[in-house]
Amino acid sequence: MPTQILMPALSPTMTEGNLAKWLKSEGDLVEAGDVIAEIETDKATMEVEAVDEGVLGKILVAEGTQGVAVNTPIAVLLEDGESVDDIDGGAAVIPAPSNDDAQKGSDADDIVISSGNKAVQPTGAYVENRDILYAQGEVIEPPPFDEAEFFAKGTIDQSVREALRDAMAEEMRKDDRVYLMGEEVAEYQGAYKVSQGLLDEFGAKRIIDTPITEHGFTGMAVGSAMSGLRPIVEYMTWNFAMQAMDHIINSAAKTLYMAGGKLGCPIVFRGANGAASRVAAQHSQCYASWYAHVPGLKVVSPWSAADAKGLLKSAIRDPNPVVFLENEILYGQSFEVPTDEDYIIPIGRAKIERSGSDVTIVAFSIMVGKSLAAAEELSKQGIDAEVINLRTIRPIDRWTILESVKKTNRIVSVEEGWAFSGIGSEIAAICGEHAFDYLDAPVTRVCGADVPMPYAANLETLALPQSEDIVEAARKVCYVD
Amino acid sequence: MAAPKKSKKNDKSNDLPSIDELKKFYYDMLLIRRFEEKSGQLYGMGLIGGFCHLYIGQEAVVTGITAVQNPQDSVVTSYRDHAHMLACGMDPKGIMAELTGRSDGYSRGKGGSMHMFSRDKNFFGGHGIVGAGTAIGTGLGFAHKYKEDGGVSMAYMGDGASNQGQVAECYNMAALWKLPVLFVIENNQYGMGTSVSRSSAGQLYRRGEGYGIPGEQVDGMDVLAVKDAASKALDYIRSGNGPYILEMMTYRYRGHSMSDPAKYRTKEEVASMKNDRDPITHVKNMLQERGVDEKVIKDMDKEIKNIVNEAAIFAQESPELAEHELWTDILVESA
Repeated sequence: MPTQILMPALSPTMTEGNLAKWLKSEGDLVEAGDVIAEIETDKATMEVEAVDEGVLGKILVAEGTQGVAVNTPIAVLLEDGESVDDIDGGAAVIPAPSNDDAQKGSDADDIVISSGNKAVQPTGAYVENRDILYAQGEVIEPPPFDEAEFFAKGTIDQSVREALRDAMAEEMRKDDRVYLMGEEVAEYQGAYKVSQGLLDEFGAKRIIDTPITEHGFTGMAVGSAMSGLRPIVEYMTWNFAMQAMDHIINSAAKTLYMAGGKLGCPIVFRGANGAASRVAAQHSQCYASWYAHVPGLKVVSPWSAADAKGLLKSAIRDPNPVVFLENEILYGQSFEVPTDEDYIIPIGRAKIERSGSDVTIVAFSIMVGKSLAAAEELSKQGIDAEVINLRTIRPIDRWTILESVKKTNRIVSVEEGWAFSGIGSEIAAICGEHAFDYLDAPVTRVCGADVPMPYAANLETLALPQSEDIVEAARKVCYVD
Repeated sequence: MAAPKKSKKNDKSNDLPSIDELKKFYYDMLLIRRFEEKSGQLYGMGLIGGFCHLYIGQEAVVTGITAVQNPQDSVVTSYRDHAHMLACGMDPKGIMAELTGRSDGYSRGKGGSMHMFSRDKNFFGGHGIVGAGTAIGTGLGFAHKYKEDGGVSMAYMGDGASNQGQVAECYNMAALWKLPVLFVIENNQYGMGTSVSRSSAGQLYRRGEGYGIPGEQVDGMDVLAVKDAASKALDYIRSGNGPYILEMMTYRYRGHSMSDPAKYRTKEEVASMKNDRDPITHVKNMLQERGVDEKVIKDMDKEIKNIVNEAAIFAQESPELAEHELWTDILVESA
């Protein structure tokens, strides 16, 4: 039997890649270990080695093909005595793309998820002493923002990864004090390619590769912020920032207060948060509730590329320490992003991604997508769900959540993290304190299972909230079952 | 790269210090001592609360280093910090009012003994977490280099902090990037109640060797030795060679904090340091040997006593914060 060579998965989150180049031709002898092709993932270009020896009988996917799904047969290897005729006629050959397609690149095939700008957003208001009132637990209208106007001026389709990079680049061009520091951010171009190209543009003085030394470089960045610089600290993932938590909380968040307002710490801590895919317990954890607990920090968690761009720029300009929680799985997803450089999303303002009248679903980060999918399914079942993308975890937009609950009388919170003392718990408290009389059903939380993240694929799926879980929770609060 | 080596004690190869310089040393050290004694007194009266770590006995360290500092240099230390603030030129009244938790304190009463800052004097705290100040100090050095302002970061730590992992991390980065940082280890022999011999392997001034950071052990009870060592170290740093470690062998006469009975050492040990090695007596003796009139010394004593007494009165009369201040300074306000 001829052996099929399959499109390999080259990272935990890779679902497809581009077949950049064949290094062997049909008829060539291949030894095990020979590099036969180059594959581009969204993170890097990788070489593919042959596992078996034989003759490359047939190439099934031509070089230049974009978006080849993992496990698609890309070639057939013939053993001794086999010939091309032995190849099963079922293996379809994918031709090379035409020039037009190649120029468009892989984005052309991506679904650009609409962030539903049709929903009417709260107007918002300028409020004096907003942060003080927030600290005292007041429900305050969010800061004003006419987002639709920015979308109307013009948008491009962009991945979350590109949006984050552009946000940093634009702010770095404007302000010499801004620099980026972290592991593999410079020469490697970012462990997840978020900082791709920044070293070329800004040089090694401002794009700084650190040793693997989170505690030390975080403290260092905090010190530099106190003395007037505006650091962006990238953690390869937030899991590693646990080593640095003392500086994030004790040194960054508390200094302004301890100094009686006379010395602050303008800094952004950013990186991938939450579960990726099959990376087990130490690499799969949501830190939203950990940091949201702390006065003196702002905590932001974008979902779409537009969120990523507008919120990161906002975070970099903010005079306070901002914890910016990204998501590895979202890095490669594309969305519409306003092109205007002044597209700055105010911190503390949620977005209604989909308006609805029957139940409110509140989510952040990757769970916004799952909630929108759930809302689609619910609408087929006759339930009209409103989906709120929190965007900011602290200061949480109590006003937008409560206005929605007053309308729908039902609320489901969705988060990847654990339920206990989670963001959903806070949302339940907000609703209990301020909308008790409006509720027609108990506040319901959809959360990650209360277990360390398992590696096993089936268990990992069970541990994370899925769209079906959200659908089920929404049906329950609507008393449909 | 100069190999780390022990400086010769009482190296007299330098020119004799001028009388004016000795007078300044005497004045600066005595101000610290009297200020700290007054702090201890107010603590005993219940006017200062919480933790209060006194610098008595260690005065030569910060005084000698500050003498060779430039105005653009920055300073950071841990929680035994009153002396560093005084040495930077911060107002004793503002420091004392912070200790009493009043609105005229440097942090308007919200920080207390361990948390005061002054942008004007480039003093960056005052940090309560052992070792954290070293990373922040390394960051100050990073900022000096980034801004190309010619400044050096004086990053003080205790012997206890030198065992923190982040200190090793910072040695590595400071050396790797040639940051202008003077790491000053104030080795007062005890990390709270644990002596250095029970907590630390090897020599603290040699901890940078693996990173190529020169280190030197200095008699921290002798302000002239401190100044000479700091001067040499700063020349090295200001020439762009990167960081330097100075281990100052010093001694605190009081307990770790006000509540420490200091039973981990003998009375004889403390008495011998006070009687034989006191940094202030040392300078006073030199002034007398040089024929400085006793009245000149007495006048300084009197002036300092007045400054400290005024600070204590100020600190008690300064009003408490208004209740709404509970909620201010959490964040730089947004619109």
